[in-house]
Amino acid sequence: MSDKKADAVEEPNTGQQKVEAEAVERRTSKSELLKYYEDMLLIRRFEEKAGQLYGMGLIAGFCHLYIGQEAVVVGMQGAIEEGDQVITGYRDHGHMLACGMDPKGVMAELTGRKDGYSKGKGGSMHMFSRDKQFFGGHGIVGAQVPIGAGLAFANRYKENDRVSLTYFGDGAANQGQVYEAFNMAELWALPVVFIIENNQYAMGTSVKRASSEVHLHKRGASFAIPGEEVDGMDVLAVRDAGRRAVYDARRGEGPTILEMKTYRYRGHSMSDPAKYRTREEVQGVREKSDPIEHAKRMLLAADWASEDELKELDKSVKAVCQEAAQFSQDSPEPDPEELYTDVLAEA
Amino acid sequence: MSSEIKFGRAINQALRECMAADDAVIVIGEDIAGAGGSFGVTRGLLNEFGEHRVRDTPISEAAIVGAAVGAAMCGLRPVVEIMFMDFVTLAMDALVNQAAKMRFMFGGRASAPLVLRTPHGGGLSAGPQHSQCLEAWFAHVPGLKTVCPSTPADAYHLMKAAVADPDPVIFIENKSLYGASGPAPQAENAVAIGEAKTLRAGTDLTILAYGAVCRDALKAAEMLASEGVSAEVIDLRSLQPWDKDAVLASVARTHRLVVVHEAVRDFGPAAEICAHVAEFGFFDLDAPPERVAAPFMPPPFAPDLERVFRPNAEAIIEAARRSVS
Repeated sequence: MSDKKADAVEEPNTGQQKVEAEAVERRTSKSELLKYYEDMLLIRRFEEKAGQLYGMGLIAGFCHLYIGQEAVVVGMQGAIEEGDQVITGYRDHGHMLACGMDPKGVMAELTGRKDGYSKGKGGSMHMFSRDKQFFGGHGIVGAQVPIGAGLAFANRYKENDRVSLTYFGDGAANQGQVYEAFNMAELWALPVVFIIENNQYAMGTSVKRASSEVHLHKRGASFAIPGEEVDGMDVLAVRDAGRRAVYDARRGEGPTILEMKTYRYRGHSMSDPAKYRTREEVQGVREKSDPIEHAKRMLLAADWASEDELKELDKSVKAVCQEAAQFSQDSPEPDPEELYTDVLAEA
Repeated sequence: MSSEIKFGRAINQALRECMAADDAVIVIGEDIAGAGGSFGVTRGLLNEFGEHRVRDTPISEAAIVGAAVGAAMCGLRPVVEIMFMDFVTLAMDALVNQAAKMRFMFGGRASAPLVLRTPHGGGLSAGPQHSQCLEAWFAHVPGLKTVCPSTPADAYHLMKAAVADPDPVIFIENKSLYGASGPAPQAENAVAIGEAKTLRAGTDLTILAYGAVCRDALKAAEMLASEGVSAEVIDLRSLQPWDKDAVLASVARTHRLVVVHEAVRDFGPAAEICAHVAEFGFFDLDAPPERVAAPFMPPPFAPDLERVFRPNAEAIIEAARRSVS
C-alpha cells in the first residue's frame, strides 16, 4: 500500500486547527455562518440521497457526487453578488444547489424525468438556469473554461460589472484549451475567476501521477495570472480568497486562479470503487478536515447554535432532500415526442 | 453604384449591416481586425466599429470558439473566423460538444447562436492542411446548421440569415469564389437557410452542387446543351438543413441525378443525398445516381496534381453522359 500513500498529495488539514470563539467572531457572523452551514449540509444530504437513489437503480448513467468538497462552492457563493455567473464541469450538483436552483428540479433531472431542469435530456451533468446564473453542467473535461472566459467576455463587452466563476478540477488543469483560455482572459483582463477544485484525483489518477507541477495555482504564472492556494475545506478561507479574486476581476484587474485544496470522499462516479487510494486515507481526511464538521465546531465554539438546534436543522435539510427524492420519482417520464424537440429552435 | 459585387465584399457588406443594426454582433478571429482577414473579408470593419467589436485573437482556435459559445450564451452574436477550414479540427469540441448541444442538453433553456465563417477548398496550392472541404462533419451533427453559398448575393443573404439565426451556423466560403463577381444582392431577395435554388432549368437530368463547383456545373450544363442534353442545375446552398423537397421534385421531373462537390467522395455529402434519393425517390430514377467529387485522398500541393484532384466541368459532363446513356 506504500505506493498508494505516495500517490496522495498533501492532505488538507482544517479540522485539527483549534477553533476559538473570538477568531470565529472576527471572521464571520452568526447568520452568515449558519447559512454556509445549512448550504453545505443541503449539498451533503442531497448527494447522499442521490447516492441512495442511484443504488436503488432510480438514477441511470453517470452520477458524480460532490461530498467532501462542499466548502468550495458554498464559500465562493459567499464571495459573489447577485447576477455573477457560475459554470462548472460534470460534478455539478453542489454548484446548482449553491446557486439556489430547486433541489426538486435537480433530482428530477437525475432520475430523467419531465420536471427535471433539462426535461430529462441532460441528466446529472447537464443543467442550466439563466435565472440563477448557472451556465452548466459540462461533460467534456476543461471545455467549460473557455466558455467561462466567454461569459466574462460578454460581461466586459456589456460593461455590466458581472464576474464569471469558472470551476474545473485538477484533471482539467492538464487540458490544453484551459491554457488558451488563461492567455485570452489575462490578455483582455476578463472578469473571470478560475477555481481549480483540486480534489487530488483526476478520475483514478492522483495529481502527482498526472502533473509535472502539482501546485496548480502556479499554472497561470506564464500568463501573468496570480494564483493562490486555498484551504478548500474551510468555507471562510474559501470565501475570503474568493472575495479578493472577485474584487480584482470586477474592477478590471483580470483573472485569478484559486487552487482549492479539497477532497472527494466518494469515487469519481458511482461506478468507481476507488481502489487507487486507501480507506484510511479517505477516513483520515473525513476525520481531520471535514468542512461541515469544521463549520459546526465554529458554530458551537461561538455559541451561535446548540447541538440540538443543529440536529433540528439537519432534520429540516433532510426533509428537503426527501421531498426532492419523492418529487423525482413522482414526476412523469418524458413524453417520447420530447426526443425530437430542442435540437434547433422550433420554427 | 455598381450592380456587380465580389463574393468577399458581399459577405463584408452583410457583416457591416448586421453590426450596424445590432450591437450584440461582434467579429473575432486571427488577423481579422487590423489585417482584415487572410482573405480580406473583414477589411474595414475595425475602422468602422472599433476594436471593441472587431477583435484580433491569439492563435487559439479552441478558446476562440469556446469563448464565442460562452458569449453567445449571454446574448452576444459572435461571428468567428477560422482562417482555414482545416483548423476547425482544433475547435471541434467547442462546436460539436458545446455549441451544438446547448439547446438540447439544457432542455431548451440555453442556446449558442454563433456564426463560424471558414474558407474551404483548393486551387491555391495550399497543400494538404490548408485546402480541405470538411463540411460533411458538420452536416452530421444535430444542432448545427451548415451553409455554403456559390454567389455573392447568396453569400450576403445567407450571412444575414446566419447572424439572425437562433442556432449555431457554420458558414463555408470556397476560396476560389472570393475574387468572383456576381450581381449585387437585392434586399427583397432574402434567402432562408435550407432553401435550394435552381440555377438553370432542364428536363433530362439534375446536376446538384453547392459552393464553387456550381460554376463548373453550369459550364457542364452549357456544354451538355450543345450535345442536346438538357440539364437542370440546382445549387443546394445549405447542407444542413438541406432542401430535400427541391431535390426530389427535380429528380421526379428529370429522372437522373449527378451530385457534385469538392469534398472527397467517400462518406461525403453526396453519399447522404444519393441515399436519400434512393430511399424516397427510387422509382423516379431511370439511372443510378452519379457522384462527382475529389478522390478519397488528401489535397495535393503541386498545381498540376491539384488540378487533377479537384472536380471540374469535364468530370461532370462525363458523369452526365453516363447517366443519360
